[in-house]
Amino acid sequence: MEYLGQVLFLLLLVVGFGFFIKNIKKLIRNIKLGRDIDRTDNSSARWKNMIRVALGQSKMVKRPIPAILHIFVYAGFVIINIEMLEIIVDGLFGTHRAFSFLGAGYNALIGIFEVLAFLVIFGVVVFWIRRNVIKLKRFNQPEMEGWAKRDANNIIYIETTLMCFFLIMNAADYYLQGINHTHYTAVGSFPISSLISPIFEGVNPATVAFVERFCWWAHIAGVMVFMNYLYYSKHLHIFLAFPNTYYANLKPQGEFNNLESVKKEVSLMMDPNADPYAAPVEPVGEPEKFGAQDVMDLNWVQLLNAYSCTECGRCTSSCPQNTTGKKLSPRKIMMSTRDRLEDVSKILDANNGKFVDDGKTLLNDYITPEELWACNTCNACVEECPIDISPLSIIMDMRRFLVMEQSAAPVELNNMMQNVENNAAPWQYNQMDRLNWKDEN
Amino acid sequence: MSANLVVPTMAEMMARGEQPEVLFWVGCSGSFDDRAKKITKAFVKILNRANVSFAVLGTEEGCTGDPAKRAGNEFAFQMQAMMNIQVLDGYEVKKIVTACPHCFNTLKNEYPDLGGKYEVVHHTQFLKSLLDDGRLTIEGGQFKGKRITFHDPCYLGRANQVYEAPRQLIEKLDAELVEMKRSRQNGFCCGAGGAQLFKEPEHGTKEVHVERTEEAIGTNAEIIAAGCPFCNTMLTDGVKFKEKESSVKVLDVAELIANAEDL
Repeated sequence: MEYLGQVLFLLLLVVGFGFFIKNIKKLIRNIKLGRDIDRTDNSSARWKNMIRVALGQSKMVKRPIPAILHIFVYAGFVIINIEMLEIIVDGLFGTHRAFSFLGAGYNALIGIFEVLAFLVIFGVVVFWIRRNVIKLKRFNQPEMEGWAKRDANNIIYIETTLMCFFLIMNAADYYLQGINHTHYTAVGSFPISSLISPIFEGVNPATVAFVERFCWWAHIAGVMVFMNYLYYSKHLHIFLAFPNTYYANLKPQGEFNNLESVKKEVSLMMDPNADPYAAPVEPVGEPEKFGAQDVMDLNWVQLLNAYSCTECGRCTSSCPQNTTGKKLSPRKIMMSTRDRLEDVSKILDANNGKFVDDGKTLLNDYITPEELWACNTCNACVEECPIDISPLSIIMDMRRFLVMEQSAAPVELNNMMQNVENNAAPWQYNQMDRLNWKDEN
Repeated sequence: MSANLVVPTMAEMMARGEQPEVLFWVGCSGSFDDRAKKITKAFVKILNRANVSFAVLGTEEGCTGDPAKRAGNEFAFQMQAMMNIQVLDGYEVKKIVTACPHCFNTLKNEYPDLGGKYEVVHHTQFLKSLLDDGRLTIEGGQFKGKRITFHDPCYLGRANQVYEAPRQLIEKLDAELVEMKRSRQNGFCCGAGGAQLFKEPEHGTKEVHVERTEEAIGTNAEIIAAGCPFCNTMLTDGVKFKEKESSVKVLDVAELIANAEDL
């Protein structure tokens, strides 16, 4: 009976981390459904990019108000989690504030945690107001209806609750320390919770001790729940922002990749010595699709992008087409890609890891050609993304499928492309007239 | 006046056993579009004035393939690229200047992987280097004290991080350079890129070029400076749509310099 608490705690950790690992495995499996792309080059530049963009939040500062609020929540999350170490030690060994032997350093740490916890609450309350009261446009666009909106608010509620548990726990502890209740010896500094602790004035110390224990358990249990909520939420970015920025495209934004499969064909066409009747050298198999029709045709970085997206909508609010009322929304491209990937994941789960055609594809069923054809390829969305996601690369791969596999471009574009092929200009001018301007007045 | 233009072709140069300092890639707009041809001529006038040894490919030039690539037609793009690379390599071209950011981006970033490796600069960068080397002087002339705003072409700015060269040239005109709210990295597209120039826009509430033109007009600039023939077309259309042709002009940076010098 003496060890019941510790056993329960261990069970909580095992179940919590067990599910979490299961989710991570599924996440990796799903990302690996994507085609291969080499992003192992230039590791020092990649580390620098990750440190600057993900750790240093360098792209957030463009919009100073959310940047500061986000720093509160981000710093709170990272630093308060140091406290998790102590909670785990206390939980497993039945100690109380095991790290208090650190003395003055411990007091400072607890003080910092408290201030951060308060700032986190402040930050998320303002976030909630921005989403639900001020109703900022980028949080209330069509793709944000339903689950996306609920998810965003859930995160805010969970974070507020967790921080409240943390502060009330400390407040109760501080009160009990003040009255020298049993093992509650005076340690730590409580700049925020000392302001809350007067509410315990006159309350039975045993009840206060119960509140302290309850909040302690609720906090750790809440953290476990939150950790397992991540997989289903846009909040996955707290982890994935790091690999996402590491594996980001470091080339100039204007450089679009040259399709390897096309290179082979074009070099054959350009080679005067190529034998048109030669048997194919490569083993005959399913030839690779040109472009992307479904998530499996995208590369794994694009799928990682989809899971990393925080749905903040900076991309969409900077998109020239979306801001002029078109259907295209770069954020929706990412959300639809994730939705499809999750549906594919469910099919895999239900069929022992084998994909069974469900008659749906990313193209048409999740993302429409109308969205794809609206894009200006201006890179505003790519520039804007705080964690280096490229909605544009997905749009381009899907356009490639539409054009090269389905010949389904808008008719004006077909004319343009025909002109390029026939007379080396997008308009119907003769190549022999290219220098006429020299002699015109 | 265009009788005075000296525009040698690479073929002529080669026949004379000469190699120019730089190849001027005119591009399809610069060759065929009436508005863009004026930009081409303005740039040639400056090159002539600065005694730059240059040449064009003339009838041997073909679309870089950019619009086809952005539309998703990788075949058409790579065919164009391979043909152009054969021509460029045949003439042993080392350095290319172009007044079109789309050609610039494609030649600079997408050709190397297909075997075409050249030093590629945008005409504003090239003009800036002429200025720095003392080969070109710029005087304000008619633009002295005028309010000019510069529209960042996506494929020059965000795509290739060229923000300063065009601005430094405009400032040399003793003009007052005013910035739109969305400029440099945050520049707002004119609406033409991604092959949109060649098709009708999708259904929406507004046209992209009108949105951008309104922003430019909102700076009270008398001149909207552009560095891209596509942007020029879109913004000129926008100015017409807003019925501001009498008070606002859309000019390429090369035209500003050529006009200031009365070339």
